[in-house]
Amino acid sequence: MNIVVCVKQVPDTEAPIRITPDGSGIDETGLTLVMNYYDEHATEAGLRLREQFGGTVTLVSVGPERAREALRTGLAMGADDAVLVSDPALNGADHLGIARVLAAVIKTLPHDAVICGKLSTDDNAATIGAALAEYLGLPQATAVAHLEVDAAGTGAVVHREVEGGVEVVAVPFPALLTVERSLNEPRYPSLPGIMKAKRKEIKILTLENLGLTAAEVGVAAARTALVRLSPPPARKAGRIVEGDTEQAVAAILAFLKDEAKVL
Amino acid sequence: MDFQLTDEHRMIQATVREFATREILPRAAALDHSPTFPAEIIQKAAALGLMGMMVPERFGGAGVDAVSYVLVQEELARASAGVQTIITVNNSLVCDPIAHFGTEEQKRRYLPRLCSGASLGCYCLTEPAYGSDAMSLQTSARRDGGEWVLRGTKIFVTNGVEADICIAYARAGPEPGARGISAFIVEKRFPGISVGKVEKKLGIKCSSTAEIVLDDCRVPASNLLGEPGTGGKIALSTLDGGRLGIAAQAVGIARAALEEATAYAASRQQFGRSIGEFQAIQWMLADMATRTDAARLLMLRAAYLRQQGTRYTREASMAKLFASETAMWTTHKAIQIFGGYGYNQDYPVERYFRDAKITEIYEGTSEVQRLVIARHVLGKNVIGDS
Ligand SMILES: Cc1cc2nc3c(=O)[nH]c(=O)nc-3n(C[C@H](O)[C@H](O)[C@H](O)COP(=O)(O)OP(=O)(O)OC[C@H]3O[C@@H](n4cnc5c(N)ncnc54)[C@H](O)[C@@H]3O)c2cc1C
Repeated sequence: MNIVVCVKQVPDTEAPIRITPDGSGIDETGLTLVMNYYDEHATEAGLRLREQFGGTVTLVSVGPERAREALRTGLAMGADDAVLVSDPALNGADHLGIARVLAAVIKTLPHDAVICGKLSTDDNAATIGAALAEYLGLPQATAVAHLEVDAAGTGAVVHREVEGGVEVVAVPFPALLTVERSLNEPRYPSLPGIMKAKRKEIKILTLENLGLTAAEVGVAAARTALVRLSPPPARKAGRIVEGDTEQAVAAILAFLKDEAKVL
Repeated sequence: MDFQLTDEHRMIQATVREFATREILPRAAALDHSPTFPAEIIQKAAALGLMGMMVPERFGGAGVDAVSYVLVQEELARASAGVQTIITVNNSLVCDPIAHFGTEEQKRRYLPRLCSGASLGCYCLTEPAYGSDAMSLQTSARRDGGEWVLRGTKIFVTNGVEADICIAYARAGPEPGARGISAFIVEKRFPGISVGKVEKKLGIKCSSTAEIVLDDCRVPASNLLGEPGTGGKIALSTLDGGRLGIAAQAVGIARAALEEATAYAASRQQFGRSIGEFQAIQWMLADMATRTDAARLLMLRAAYLRQQGTRYTREASMAKLFASETAMWTTHKAIQIFGGYGYNQDYPVERYFRDAKITEIYEGTSEVQRLVIARHVLGKNVIGDS
């Protein structure tokens, strides 16, 4: 089974984010960048399918050269190959543009399953997987929390967490899946894995290599534009309730009922 | 001069930091309060390639360099010095001598299982009457046909309870001192070996420390490690690597103490402000940070020299000596910064303090490290040893 996993490099969710003064982006100085957590789960899903059915796991990313590090992490987890599309003409591209670039790469690779994270923790848009399925003409199942591939590897039955319950969906392969973090527990890259990943070559492609132009996928083709980033409002200071236990409990109950309206 | 870690060093460090923070740290206090062997953690560590880090890949190891090794040991010890002890002994004191001095057959038989976590190793040098003076050990080895027969008692053996593969040192020839000693790979399933008294300790409690009794233990001749009479050399060169692991353990403990004390100094309020605003506390933190960094640099230098294939006995001793005394000093100061809260078990600093003490004792006491260093400073014959 040939599996393609899409990977994005994002700021560590625990790193403090500073927005550039003009609001056009985030200040990357000193920022820790990691593989998007959801993509770790996607990589894990791919590796488990390979363990079950044999075949290969190929990682694909679109991003600046530094995104190579995120791919290196996936290789160290055990993926076979990695491709990075890096092209300055992609600055300002929107999600549909990125999905088209990913589709162009994946069309050149054998793929029985394409696996993406449900979303990336930086943009929170959750659009790439769905758009990519359309561009590839594949059936899709998004937000997969449980994955069962039939013994012959011809399709999957998946559980999707939906409001108030579970939706069970069947998709024939080749298919595109986007995965929830509850799907699995990603493995740590092993030390031998890290040493092997060091020796692997990460292919870097430009738009030209893919037969695409900036006009088709770059900022000119973008159908949304970023207006401004702004930091969340500062958190208000907590309130300390004074008095003995009885009074304090009464005050907290009153607060939960009347002000927070959660009771 | 280039002070940068490589990309692989940083990736290995980050991976093991995350592993240790998520898998070991949350269990460290419980493993200290009710000591049990952390079998599950050791299996996970093995899956990451941490049990035979410097063993070549073809024998199942991770094949990483000595700098990676100490970086990883620091991360493990920062989470739990007890867990790290178990792992560093398997690496430095068991895998290392087999990888360096073993025959191809011995390497193939023992290294893969020591690396995979299927087996655990221990190192049997110390005897009741011979600690610092280990080269006078009296356990005997007598040849009997195709076997060696080992007789004697080893004490304070880390992993002694759980290990199934032991490196044991015994006197196989009439020569006094180091020259009469041979090293053996002894399996626990061989007849005549048993576990005796298990120690109750001040710290590193989840790592067992046991007596190993060799009562006419029969060891196949093919399990002699190295040439007859080279056991002393093997023991000492193994300890150079071991001391790197202990230096890293001490650096990890010191760093843990510094991290906890720094966070506490920022949050604890007295006299209307955080105690970290008092210069007395700032100076302690500054000294803790400086000494910890100095210890880490000595550790990295020794590891770097090993990687270059240069002799690093002096540097390993310096790193072990300075790092262990730094761990002791830093954990002592951390308790001071915590005040009364540091003296009880709700915070981890009292554990760090108890764990730190062992680093000044095993794999050569601080006095023995000074002896080794002085020998290099003064030249061999000035000390008055034979
Ligand atoms: C928890 C733990 C785990 C251990 N694990 C292992 C293990 O896995 N394998 C193993 O073989 N051993 C192990 N040991 C043994 C350890 O290496 C010895 O305890 C150590 O080498 C000191 O020996 P000793 O305890 O006999 O002390 P002694 O040698 O009796 O020393 C007592 C004191 O005298 C000092 N002293 C001794 N000689 C001199 C000298 N020439 N000049 C100045 N001062 C001197 C020492 O520094 C020390 O302060 C372990 C010990 C402990 C406590």
